[in-house]
Amino acid sequence: MLRDITIGQHFPGNSVIHRMDPRAKLLLTVAYIVILFVGSNPIGLALSALFLILAYGVAKIPLKLIGKSLRPILPIILFTAVLNLFFVPGDPIFTWWVITVTWQGLYNVLVLSVRIVCLIAGTSLLTYTTSPIVLTDALERLLKPFARLHLPVHELAMMMTIALRFIPTLIEETDKIMSAQKARGAELDTGKLTDRIRALIPVLIPLFISAFRRADELAMAMECRCYHGGEGRTRLRQLHLGGMDLVLVAVCAAVFTLIGCSGMLWGLMGL
Amino acid sequence: MASVIKVEHLTYIYGEGMPDATTALDDISFEIEKGEFLGVIGPTGCGKSTLITHFNGLNRPTRGKLYIDGEDIWADPKKIRQYRFKVGLVFQYPEYQLFEETVRKDIGFGPRNMGLSDEEVDQRVVEAARFCGLDEAVLERSPFELSGGQKRRAAIAGVIAMRPEVLVLDEPAAGLDPEGREMILSQVKRYHRETGTTVVLVSHSMEDIAKYADRVLVLQAGKVAMLDTTANIFARAEELVSYGLSVPEVTKIFLQLREMGLEIPVDVYTVKYARDTILNALARQGGGDRA
Repeated sequence: MLRDITIGQHFPGNSVIHRMDPRAKLLLTVAYIVILFVGSNPIGLALSALFLILAYGVAKIPLKLIGKSLRPILPIILFTAVLNLFFVPGDPIFTWWVITVTWQGLYNVLVLSVRIVCLIAGTSLLTYTTSPIVLTDALERLLKPFARLHLPVHELAMMMTIALRFIPTLIEETDKIMSAQKARGAELDTGKLTDRIRALIPVLIPLFISAFRRADELAMAMECRCYHGGEGRTRLRQLHLGGMDLVLVAVCAAVFTLIGCSGMLWGLMGL
Repeated sequence: MASVIKVEHLTYIYGEGMPDATTALDDISFEIEKGEFLGVIGPTGCGKSTLITHFNGLNRPTRGKLYIDGEDIWADPKKIRQYRFKVGLVFQYPEYQLFEETVRKDIGFGPRNMGLSDEEVDQRVVEAARFCGLDEAVLERSPFELSGGQKRRAAIAGVIAMRPEVLVLDEPAAGLDPEGREMILSQVKRYHRETGTTVVLVSHSMEDIAKYADRVLVLQAGKVAMLDTTANIFARAEELVSYGLSVPEVTKIFLQLREMGLEIPVDVYTVKYARDTILNALARQGGGDRA
């Protein structure tokens, strides 16, 4: 049952986007998010969506995966859509009882939905094509300048890496403890909500204890191998910005500029 | 003898339908007799742990049936919980399942889940603790203050307190010192003798199996390779070695002695039996000299 949970959403592959420098990918994703808000007009959004579909095609990631990553935030999209549809004042399309749907409302709903979908799909593309460990690595490199401001960049990245590393271990552990308690007659998946929450105590306490024990052991093992923080530490995986990365960045920069300027175009069309 | 657990053409596949599906148990059939002490051996990854989680319905067979006391346990999946009390399962490193404030409460977790009265629960806790060699004083302490061996025994007591018809132990002595091993296993044996409970012991230690089991089940790559009395199993040393298993040290010595031409039986697997065999041989030899 717990085995079914997918960890992260890395979708291994060997496309240009998979092989791209993670720092460049990360920055481009941030730029894409910004541009979604700057070019928040029909032309801009259409271009953004098109760009994303192309990118998914290049990365050979099936588009239906977008649906999967959208599912958790679907309620939010629906909620804001309904609010916008019914409560934005403007020229009415139709009125029924106290409900009035306006053109402006409809416009808002479309812009908003496309923007959220692009936002989620865009960031998902990053996590689909980059393994979590590589991503943390990139994050650490990008945040390095802040270390001068005494921000513990290396420590944060190490914590993230360790946390990611231990997710499968802890899931396995949870599975084991659940089996052991079920063998003693614990009912974990039946009963009222309050009963179920109470039934989790026999699982959570041993799980916490074992997590602390593991943390202790890991700390010891790291110290035994002379780990003493980020100072003077070299990396196994060196990140290099290659020619292909520069080309991709340039292409994206051009597209993003176009999308950014689309607002002017939309304005010129006199709407 | 009547069988308490009957396994019929049981197959279990992890992740069936997925590209990485693996068959952990492959069309297994055998019976466990009431009141016997069955040893289960097999190389790592042969499906031992998967098999025992079928005994109390934690895993559902992909194909095949499992009967406890003649009842198909998956006939009504809603009633599966009652079989968890009939077949008490002690996992590897069971001390990691302890969670209550006191040892008394923790041992009582199983019986409480059975819906027994407070007095009944308490009586069973005391009884189980006694079987596992835990003092009454220990019962009031936090399980997390105990030593490793005591924790292990408290966790086993937590299963014994349910008074299961079958007690299944997966490597109960793993990671303990020799004294701790001896203590836990002899307590399990004593419990088996005094209550007549069927015991299934999974172990990697051939010595332990040789010492305690009446019959031995050998699993190999998800199939039953052998199921016979302990003496007959250890008489087939070469086959066991070919599975990546072994025979007790004393059996190895006797096999070598046999190769050297001594006339001794092939199934010497306990030190006591070995001693008797040597004494017999010496007596014979002594008699021969005089003649």
